[in-house]
Amino acid sequence: MSEEPILQVQEATKAFGGVLALNRVSFDVRKGEVLGIIGPNGSGKTTVVNCITGFIKMTSGRVLFHGKEITGKPPHKIADMGVTRTFQVMRPYYSLPAYKNLVIPLFSPRARRTGGWRGGGRLGDRNTVGIDILEEIGFERDSFVPYKLASTLPTGYLKRLELARCLALQPEVILCDEVFSGLSMSEIASMLPLIERFQMEGITVVMIEHRLRELFRVAGRIVVMNFGEKLIEGSPEEVMADEKVREAYFGSEEVEEVMTYA
Amino acid sequence: MSDEQRRKERLDRGIKIRSDSLYAIMSWRELAYLTAPRFLLIAGILLLPLLVPGMYWQRVVSVVCIYALLALSFDLMAHYVGLVSLGGAFFIGTGGYISAMLNTSLGVPPLLAIFIAALLGGVICTVLLLPCLPLRGVYFAIVTLMYPLFLARVIEALDIFGGTDGIMGVESFPNRWVEQYFVIAMVLLFLFGLRRLVNTDLGLVLRAVMDNDQAVKASGMSVALFKGLAVFIASGIGCLAGACIVHIYMWSGISLFALDFSILPIAATVIGGGGTLVGPVIGCFILVPVSELLREFGTLRIVCYSIILMAFVVFRSEGIMNYGRRKYHQFERWVKV
Repeated sequence: MSEEPILQVQEATKAFGGVLALNRVSFDVRKGEVLGIIGPNGSGKTTVVNCITGFIKMTSGRVLFHGKEITGKPPHKIADMGVTRTFQVMRPYYSLPAYKNLVIPLFSPRARRTGGWRGGGRLGDRNTVGIDILEEIGFERDSFVPYKLASTLPTGYLKRLELARCLALQPEVILCDEVFSGLSMSEIASMLPLIERFQMEGITVVMIEHRLRELFRVAGRIVVMNFGEKLIEGSPEEVMADEKVREAYFGSEEVEEVMTYA
Repeated sequence: MSDEQRRKERLDRGIKIRSDSLYAIMSWRELAYLTAPRFLLIAGILLLPLLVPGMYWQRVVSVVCIYALLALSFDLMAHYVGLVSLGGAFFIGTGGYISAMLNTSLGVPPLLAIFIAALLGGVICTVLLLPCLPLRGVYFAIVTLMYPLFLARVIEALDIFGGTDGIMGVESFPNRWVEQYFVIAMVLLFLFGLRRLVNTDLGLVLRAVMDNDQAVKASGMSVALFKGLAVFIASGIGCLAGACIVHIYMWSGISLFALDFSILPIAATVIGGGGTLVGPVIGCFILVPVSELLREFGTLRIVCYSIILMAFVVFRSEGIMNYGRRKYHQFERWVKV
């Protein structure tokens, strides 16, 4: 892992009317790392992801990708540069089978430009590439699951489908918005190796999570947010030892649990 | 026995399951099962002008085809891209006026003028609709309804393009058989062309835009681009229909912006079955002749018409095509629960 920042968020501020959802939040994401963003409900974690990926416009502040400004670009341009995201509320194409869901990102300019055979271009057809990607992400190839309509898939598969959509774009950065929420312990356990594999493949991962224990197993650095501000940033042990973080999470059983665990 | 519960069971016919695969080409029966409905439709439409009595009804067939093109354009926009458009009259008017002007002032022959009008009209309609593309559902519908009203009043008030008199002396098709079969060929071309388009990867992306535009954005594709493309295709088809009607009636006027062109395709789609593309065409072949037959009733025509439409919406809201397809591919039986 290098120290070179791939994504820089500088003084990001977002006001919804009078409410400051983000207040001068700054942090760097280093190339190839797994960065965790945690914080209580309503602390502005998802807003950060929305601002970085262009789904909402920041009131002020800048986002740099590879040192180049991407602030205010439309979401599809940012995704086209390789900064991809998952949605907290899963957004598959419900009326299409799971593997057909991947034909859409594979049709995108980025996948065609960077994907080679995996882009489903000259050598591959997008349906088979879609099934390949689904297999990588944990859909059993020879079962009927990849062929089922997305509307009939359980949460665990839909979360994987979200990740698969990012993978199809040959991403440089994946911003995961609560991929573990709503999953059982065993489902999470089977997802963790995926995150580790992304990292080995050189993909930078930013994870927004409430499941701290699982997050700390993969994340190298943590950014803690509260009321739209960044409280602290550091290694999992450092942030959990911090007094302000304890205060923000006061009463949360999981923190107690994690503390003893750490 | 009154508390006995029954359930309707629907099962795919054996021949449907067998002929789903490639092996269908090994048996004439299964080949016929797959292709017969299509051939029946094509042959039916091609033979219709020869079967109907007299020139009046042949003209009705041409008008049906005009509406069928509009209905195809509506079905594509509404059920494959999620834009419910009431702009049928807008497309007809734009295409009609362009073709009429090309023909009368530049002397372009009708068959060429129609295609230029389709392309040019498609571009103009798309550019004019571009600001409305982020709108969805009923909002888009209302805005598209405004366009034809707006254009008609502008032409009337400024007295441009012939004003209320319209553009006279538009050249007709070389002869009536060319007229008849040109529109029929266009309907068949766009019917099967669009059916192919919606099943390609591009068509899949269009459906994805309808399903979930946020995810399309997150996949690195511009939603506006694909909506624009779909509107261009749909409005191009609509303009083509408009250009045809101008050369059929040899006149272009404000009545091209009449509400009929916006409403009837929707009614046809409801009756025929939305999202099937064939359905709306069949719907037009039912609705337009019925409305001609009802002419004798005078003012009551609209009443009869409405009752037919209401009956369909209430009792067969899935549409003829969806119903027919189910009956063709599946059999039903009651089973005790």
